[in-house]
Amino acid sequence: MTATLSEPDLERHFEGTIARDARIEPRDWVPEGYRKTMIRQIAQHAHSEIIGMQPEGNWITRAPSLRRKAILLAKVQDEAGHGLYLYSAAETLGADRAELTEKLVTGRQKYSSIFNYPTLNFADVGVIGWLVDGAAICNQVPLCRSSYGPYARAMIRICKEESFHQRQGYELLMTMMKGTEQQRRMVQDATDRWWWPSLMMFGPPDADSPNTAQSMAWKIKRHTNDELRQRFVDMTVPQAEALGVTLPDPELRWNPERGHYDFGEIDWTEFKRVLSGAGPCNAERVAHRRAAHENGAWVREAAAAHAAKSRRGREKAA
Amino acid sequence: MSSEWPLYEVFVRGKRGLNHVHVGSLHAADDEMALHHARDLYTRRNEGVSIWVVKAADITASSPDEKDPFFAPSGDKVYRHPTFYDIPDDVPHM
Repeated sequence: MTATLSEPDLERHFEGTIARDARIEPRDWVPEGYRKTMIRQIAQHAHSEIIGMQPEGNWITRAPSLRRKAILLAKVQDEAGHGLYLYSAAETLGADRAELTEKLVTGRQKYSSIFNYPTLNFADVGVIGWLVDGAAICNQVPLCRSSYGPYARAMIRICKEESFHQRQGYELLMTMMKGTEQQRRMVQDATDRWWWPSLMMFGPPDADSPNTAQSMAWKIKRHTNDELRQRFVDMTVPQAEALGVTLPDPELRWNPERGHYDFGEIDWTEFKRVLSGAGPCNAERVAHRRAAHENGAWVREAAAAHAAKSRRGREKAA
Repeated sequence: MSSEWPLYEVFVRGKRGLNHVHVGSLHAADDEMALHHARDLYTRRNEGVSIWVVKAADITASSPDEKDPFFAPSGDKVYRHPTFYDIPDDVPHM
């Protein structure tokens, strides 16, 4: 007993759901643009989590203690988990997971530009937790109210786990800051290298972000890139002070009139360059992901063959 | 033969006394692997005491598009709700 509604009726129903602040759920009718935008955003987010395992994974075998190693392993495993929650959400919109992976390893879908920077010393692990995961939390908390139900629910799980990521990073840095002069220099060096790329994580400035208006209207996004970036700066400055590091921006200062910190101009040429593939690690990250995928093919095939054989055995026995 | 692993939907009972709740999906070659993957993916922090997995293809669902007629039989039976009945305020324990 399917009641066939006309397209304008479906569209009105969809807009009404968004206007009531109710969630869109799988199998709801959605405009093609909403589906495409949602799949693109979720896939890009999933890819970022998956590629995001690499910069820190780099340090698992060289963690300075068993405690740090166990923490780092758990964190990198979480990133894999986040990627999988998100691929699962993308699939509810009709995306095919194998195809998404294919698009990542062939460079047809992007991931966050932040993961194209190298992790040069162990303090980078701490700074990634503090700044990169801190920025991610800033971005993601409002996404817990995103209009697409499965995405919003995935974000709730992810945010809970990101809190551990940020705190372990900050604690690692506090420990290093209590150490030797050389360790303190490592923390400052890592902070200097990750600060600006972290600010770029929020995406281009509002004036240069063509998709923002539509995404806000569909309640996929709840705040603009610049709003979230400002929020992140305001949150982070006191954390840097407590830690005893200097954020590498001479223009960074409190503006009592605005009630916010002013900060310097972001180098958007660098952002575009890294995004377009010319960052320090782009080629390496994608090549590594492709190799992992290809080297795992025999495992996927063997498991599928085993499952098929067991199924035939059961059918014969029945 | 396709090496594509089928999609499974995952349901987790958070603790004793609660229903299983849908938490997401994953791919696995067979039922047993699906359970193991579900444990690793959805219960890394003691989120569950029991897991169900079921092939997504085996789920029959009502479609949101047929929402109104499909749920109409419950929509017009207000007498199924306790608030339908007027009872004086001074009658206790009602």
